Amino acid sequence: MKMKSIQELKDAAETARIKMVKTGFASNYAVHFGGALSSVELLIFLYLKEMNYDLTCREWAERDRFFLSKGHGVLSYYTVLQMAGFFDEDKLSTFQQNEGELSSHPVRNLELGIESSNGSLGQGLSLAVGNQIIAVKKDRSYRNFVLLGDGECDEGSVWEAAMCASHYHLDHLMAIVDRNGLQSDGTNDSVMSLGDLEGKWKSFGWETWKLDGNDLAQIDAVFAGIDWNNGKPKAIIANTVKGKGISFMENNNDWHHRQMTEKEFQQAMEELRGR
Amino acid sequence: MEINRRNARTWSLLGARGTLGQALQALAEEKDFYVVTADLAISSGLKKFRETYPDRLINAGIAEQSMIGIAAGIAMEGETAFATSFAPFVTERCLDQIRMNLGYMRLPVKLIGLSAGFEQGLSGCSHYGMEDAAVMRLMHNITVVTPADCTEIVKTIEAAADYREPMYIRLTGGRNVPIVYTEDYPFAIGKGIVMKEGTDVLVVANGVPVSESLKAAKALDLEGISAAVINMHTIRPIDDELLISMAKGKKLIVTVEEHSICGGLGTAVAEAAAEAGNMPRLVRLGMPDAFMKAGKHEFMNERCGLTAESIAAAVRKEMCA
Repeated sequence: MKMKSIQELKDAAETARIKMVKTGFASNYAVHFGGALSSVELLIFLYLKEMNYDLTCREWAERDRFFLSKGHGVLSYYTVLQMAGFFDEDKLSTFQQNEGELSSHPVRNLELGIESSNGSLGQGLSLAVGNQIIAVKKDRSYRNFVLLGDGECDEGSVWEAAMCASHYHLDHLMAIVDRNGLQSDGTNDSVMSLGDLEGKWKSFGWETWKLDGNDLAQIDAVFAGIDWNNGKPKAIIANTVKGKGISFMENNNDWHHRQMTEKEFQQAMEELRGR
Repeated sequence: MEINRRNARTWSLLGARGTLGQALQALAEEKDFYVVTADLAISSGLKKFRETYPDRLINAGIAEQSMIGIAAGIAMEGETAFATSFAPFVTERCLDQIRMNLGYMRLPVKLIGLSAGFEQGLSGCSHYGMEDAAVMRLMHNITVVTPADCTEIVKTIEAAADYREPMYIRLTGGRNVPIVYTEDYPFAIGKGIVMKEGTDVLVVANGVPVSESLKAAKALDLEGISAAVINMHTIRPIDDELLISMAKGKKLIVTVEEHSICGGLGTAVAEAAAEAGNMPRLVRLGMPDAFMKAGKHEFMNERCGLTAESIAAAVRKEMCA
């Protein structure tokens, strides 16, 4: 289900949040709400507007690939995959259930649109580098998109892969950093300062953009101006709000990973429905 | 590649890494595959390969974690990918990447550990492949193979190219690798090979120690101790059927490996034998469970009792005890 207008995408993001809260609450288990809510607009944009894929041929060789390197951000990922048509809404009720396919970190399942198993941070980018190298060698035109957390950028392996991507001129590879400013133990600045994150990617030879990652108009504007054939891998530093869209979760790191009470669920639903 | 006495001699002179390079070079003429390395193309014997097939060699720089991710990303597209570095660096340095990509996702990357065992000599324990096989043996979905000589390296590489599972191939031996095979023979991943029959003792070895074990068994024969020898090149999955059938009725099992006695061949044999029950006593020869002071390759093998004389002495001692 591809969308064109910003308003349609915004409406889809709101729908996604409602589904996420319902799905997360129904799982009756702790959920990484914060980092999933921060990335909703980015995923909505990728899956409902930007990426090429074919639901009737899920292993289509030319499909754009997406890797959820910040593997804990699954709630928005599964929800958006569902909205994109990779599976029925019923399936979301299996989220975080015993032996279900939608566990707390993604497990490779091309039928469901999940390209790779993740959860151990810092690994998605190098996988995408290898995948993109094959695209170049085999003269395929697909792109690789990787969503990383800002805290994830503490991992040295992210920078190994970053160096490699520019060395091999992988201009069809894009890293998007969900820069919500928080990680498990607190703010990035208190745990491990990332400093000039955009400057770091730039110095590794990447073309970079900084934008408001919760603003679909800004995301759309940046993508409209991308030159996919300039020899440089692309990094978007997407400034976002952790827990975006639910007042008591926004910028509150208690919601990095936590179970919702009935009362909290009702309040969240009221807020989301009231908009 | 043609297996004959002349080639076996040439490969032995070239050594394990040179043979690896020749095997991949020859394979590239028939098959499409990629080699990813972490700044060790030349050390992997791939200088010529790099010149002939620059598009098929991907250097990740000195970044093993990235190397594994890249190889996995290639394998994900259905392509064959080898990844090479020194034994500890291609396994333990990037273990979590291996666990996620080769283990969890079962992407059929072929890892190649160069100079496993003591081949790095005076470089010492930072460079020794001491527990690389043990660590790989723990990883679900990964097959672990240690070829006995250069001919078997060629056989293993050829088999690996058609094998649709993740693998760790562990190369022991430097230059002048002792020759075990001079003519073609049936090689199958997961199937041990009986090198010599015998009635009193069963020696189970892999890597370069296969050659020393055969020499030891021949010497023991002359003394009236009849020793059988198995080349157990694959330790995961281990050929327990062959192991148990060969061990039955023997007085002693001896395992010999250029690797820690913990977690590798000796442990795999111990597990299989203990579960089968009614098995002879087991003696494990290999590196001790300790970091050792560095020494030259041959010196270290002597120090750990991995020479024919030491293997025979260990058997003799156990048999009269």
